Formats: sequence, C-alpha cells, structure tokens
Amino acid sequence: MTDLVLPPALIYILGALLVPLLPARLKSAYLLMLPILSFFMLINLPPESSLRLDFLGFDLVPFKADRLSLIFAYIYHLISLIGIIYTLNVKSDLEKVSGLLYAGSALGVVFAGDLFSFFVFWEMLTVSALPMIWARRTRASQAAGFRYLLVHVCGGLVLLAGVVMYVNEQQSIALGHIGLSTPATYLIFLGMGINAAWPLLHTWLTDAYPEATIGGAVLLSAFTTKTAVYALARTYPGTEALIWIGAVMTAFPIFYAVIENDLRRVLSYSLINQVGFMMVGIGIGTELSINGTAAHAFAHILYKSLLFMSMGAVIFRTGKINATDLGGLYKSMPWTALFCVIGAASISAFPLTSGFVSKSMVLDAAAHGHLAIVWLTLLFASAGVFHHSGIKIPFFAFFAHDAGHRVKEAPLNMLIAMGLAAFFCIFLGVYPKFLYAILPYPVDFVPYTFPHVLSQMQLLMFSALAFTLLLLAGIYPAEIRAINLDTDWFYRKGGRLFYLLADKLFNGINRGGERVFIKGLAGGLAGFARQGPAHLAWLSLNPIWRLSLDREERQRRKAALYRAFETGATGLALMAIFVSLLLGLMFIIGS
Amino acid sequence: MADQKKHLFDNPKNIRLVLYALFATLLLLLALEPLVDKHPYFPWEEWPGFYAIFGFVACVLLVLAAKYILRPLMKRDEGYYD
Repeated sequence: MTDLVLPPALIYILGALLVPLLPARLKSAYLLMLPILSFFMLINLPPESSLRLDFLGFDLVPFKADRLSLIFAYIYHLISLIGIIYTLNVKSDLEKVSGLLYAGSALGVVFAGDLFSFFVFWEMLTVSALPMIWARRTRASQAAGFRYLLVHVCGGLVLLAGVVMYVNEQQSIALGHIGLSTPATYLIFLGMGINAAWPLLHTWLTDAYPEATIGGAVLLSAFTTKTAVYALARTYPGTEALIWIGAVMTAFPIFYAVIENDLRRVLSYSLINQVGFMMVGIGIGTELSINGTAAHAFAHILYKSLLFMSMGAVIFRTGKINATDLGGLYKSMPWTALFCVIGAASISAFPLTSGFVSKSMVLDAAAHGHLAIVWLTLLFASAGVFHHSGIKIPFFAFFAHDAGHRVKEAPLNMLIAMGLAAFFCIFLGVYPKFLYAILPYPVDFVPYTFPHVLSQMQLLMFSALAFTLLLLAGIYPAEIRAINLDTDWFYRKGGRLFYLLADKLFNGINRGGERVFIKGLAGGLAGFARQGPAHLAWLSLNPIWRLSLDREERQRRKAALYRAFETGATGLALMAIFVSLLLGLMFIIGS
Repeated sequence: MADQKKHLFDNPKNIRLVLYALFATLLLLLALEPLVDKHPYFPWEEWPGFYAIFGFVACVLLVLAAKYILRPLMKRDEGYYD
C-alpha cells in the first residue's frame, strides 16, 4: 500500500463525476463520505511522498506533499465537508458537482509539484467556480459570472505567459521558489495577484461573491483567494512588494465595508482585508510570518465561511440580504445569530477565538521586522474589521431595528454546518497548539500573555465604544439603498464605452469598406471580368464590321459575341490559348 | 404583528444593561493596565492607554471618512449599471 499515492484532487474530481449517476437516497451519504475518505488517505501517506509522471519529456509531479501544502489541504478537506453539510438540502446536482470539482482543483494546486500541473488546476479552479455563481439564476448573477470569467481569463493568460517564459528561461518545469527578477517572474506574480484580489484588481471578488448561490459563496470565500495565498507563499516568500500590497489590502476595504448595504458584500470586502494580513506575512518572509500566514489562512477560512453561512441562512429564510431590509432576526433565528456572533468575534480576533491566535502572529512578525508603518496599518485594520464584520454584520442582521421578519430557524443541516465551524473557531482559540502543530515551521509563539490579551481587549472594546457612541449620536452612516463605485467601474462602464467606440469605429470602417470595395471596386472588377474580354473583342471587331455590315447585323453579331464570351466555352478556349502559349514558351526556353 | 412575545431586547432596560456592562468593561480594562509588565516593540506602546485611544480614534476616523468622503464620491443608484 505504501506505493499507492492517490492524490486528494483525483478523489474529489473523479468523485464529483459520479454524483449525477447516484440514486438520490445514497447521494448525501456519498457526498459526506468523499472528503472524509480523502482526508484519511492523505494522513496515511508517508511524509514527503510524491507522484511523478513522464509526459512529453517533462517531469510532471502532480502530487508532492510538504508541510506548507498539507496545512492548506487539511483546512480544504474540513471546509469542503462543512460546505457539503451546509448544502445537503440543495436539490440540484450542478452546485454539488461544481463544488467538488472546485475543491478538488484547489487541492490539486496546493499539491502541484510542477508548473504545468499547477497551471491546469489553477484554471480548473476558475472554471469550476462559475456554476456556483450562475446557479443563483438571477440576471445579476449571470452578468457577475461573466465578469468573473473575463477577469480570471485575463489573469490566467498573464500567468500562462509568465509560466511559458519562465520555463523557457529555467529549462525546467519544477515549481519552487521563484522570486521577482525577470519579466517572466513579474507576470507570474501578477497572475497570482489577480486571484489574491490585490487592490485595484479585487473587484471580481466583491462583484461576484455576493451574487453567488447561498452555498456557493461559502465555498468561494474559502478556496480561490487562499489558493493564491498558498501559491504566493510557495513561490514569492520574502518579496517586499507583498508587504505594501498587503498593508493597502487590509486598510482600504474597510471604508467600503462601512457604507455597503449588501451584507454579503460587506463580508467580501472584509475577506480582502483578511487576505491582506496573509500577504504581509508572505512579504515579511520569516518563519514566524509564514507560519502566521498559514495559521491565519486556516483560521480565516473557518470564520469567514461561518459568516457567509449565517448570512446565507438569512437569505434562505427571509430572501433579503440588504441591511436596510433586515434587523431583529435574533428573535426568530437565535442559533444562527449565536453562530454569526462567534464568527464575528473570531474575525475580530477576540481572545479565546481562532483569529486571536493567528492574526497576532502576523502583527508580531511585522513588529519583529521593525515595520512601524505597516504595523500601525495592520492595527488600524484590526480595529476596522471588528467595526464592520464584528459589529455591523451581526448588529444589522440580527439586532438593530426589528424589520418584522418572523421566519423559521435555519434548517438543521445548515445549523450543524455552522455549529461545526463555530466549534473550530473557539477550539483553535482555546487550544492553539492544535493549529501550531501543523504549521510549516516549528512554532515558538505564545499568544496568551497578559499584556497581549489586555492590549487586544482595549483595542476592540474601545472600537465598540466608538461604534456605540456614533450610533447613539446618530452620526453612524445610515444604511442606504445604493451601490458604491469601485474599480470595476472601469470595465463595467469602460467596457460599454469600448463597445460603443468599437461599434462606431469598426462598423463604420465596415460600412465604408463595403461601399468602396464590395460595391465599387469589386463590382467594377467583377463587371470587367465578366464583360471585359467581350468588350475588347467587340472593340477590335467593330471597325471591320462597320466596313461590310449594316447597323442591324452589327447589333445582332455584337449580342452573339457577348453571349459567346459569357458561356463557359470562351473560358475553355482562353485556357487552351494560354496553355498552348505556355507550352510554346517552354519549348522556346527549353531548346 | 402576530408575534406578541416579548424578546430580550424589546425591553429598554436590557439595552441599558448591555451599555452599562460595556462601560464597566472599559473601565476595568483601563484599570488593569498599570498592573501589566509591558514588553513593547515600539515606544508608543508604552504610552498609557495607547491601544484604547488608538481603537477609539481609528474607528471614529474610519466612520467619518467613509461617511463624509467615500460615500459622497462613490454612491450611485442601485440601478446605476443596468
């Protein structure tokens, strides 16, 4: 058995293809069994095992495990299991199949040992995400899905160009540390950055995730960006640019989150903020900071999906997601409210939750590197994320003014899924050793010191005070039915402008071209080709006819001449003339 | 509404209770600070109440900037892109 390496990606992807064939009563059990089976196969593999194939002279390594890939693989298994439980009540196979393909592709990326496998799984990840957006079956989701596809196709092409150039430079497709040096490495960097939702390139995320299906958004929030985090941690650790990119990512989305009305869009903005912390960790590139990035990715996937699940349950029961339409739901959905508060506490990094033990590693790594401005930005972002994800989400959905929804509590399977995620949020916060044991590097970090807990509590509780006072004073911005512009304006409005310009320009050229070439020039040429020889023949015969024939006879012969040239016989005769000329010419040249 | 049941926060007394609990926690957190043996990375971490003041000021600035700068610039009708 030791030789048999069955990569998790293969189990997920082949497993997904069987889903539509299974009878309905077996389907749920089968879906639940798949991630568990894959997980046990994975933990029973010998450490550092790999799978190699020879393909067209390249050394393909579709599976290669080390500690960095394993921690991502563990959390992917856990979250796909939670996602499957959460969507057990969804009837359509489409979402289930694409969910498994999507998780399988992400697992493929984190275990890819060469650039070729890496790229194939990377692109599968994009494509398999689409059905989870489109399956919402609204006009907005169709459009957002297409924009998602366009952005990721562009990103994929940038990445592919980089990979091709890089392989050409290196004469090897092995995947390892790349680092910024040649243009090829910048292209790969940028291609990965689009999936990581870097500032200005982030709008595919805040555009598409809020339009996805209830269960789709939960999975989407877990995989695409974190797979990019993994990829950058694998190939660009210690790249200083990532520190600054990450710092901007943590800060700017929180301003949008404060004024955004759609609560799943608020969560999307805070997702970018959280990934920013991971980028900073990769950019610093020390063992502590890479550990911090991996730990934060692990913790983040759990609490972010928990928050998306709680908002999904709200949509499922009320059909609403805008803060203006919600409020007072703690009365009818107390369990969902409780789980949401646990997720909110975790993302805010309250002591005894998972966010506290992971985020503080990144902050400490920044402090160790004496990065004062970055550290202050991260601290600001920590206070800000508490403000919008920690308070705003639960407050406007479940408390605030009562919007009068009297609905049932979320279905049991959704509650179990949320309960599982909530359990892990607290479990990791209370027993951080469990998380620290699977980090890429040995951990020498103690999160629970008195000064650390106290300073974090001061930061958070005084942020809460600010929220409370602003709300009581009526300064807190009221939720408004509106959308807020972001950089997607450039391709949403710009795309339309481009279309208009292209329409005027190219269709104008087309029309002009048709007038000049098709009707004018080509028409003239065609006329000449049809009538020309007959005309020439008539021109040369007419003077002779004039001498002997009367006008009527000349007209009759002229018509006969034109008829003769229009029939195929003339063509044949002309051909015969040319061929004999050619033969004569060859004879003369040859002799 | 058909639902006549009184819930936890329908009673203004309970909301006041939450507020008092918040204020009490804040005072406690400030009171504990002198007892802590700090080992800071940055000099400003030693200022008394640095984290408390930072958290409060950061959030007020965040909200004011979002409300008075970002929203007027970026707000559009819900049908803007349709």
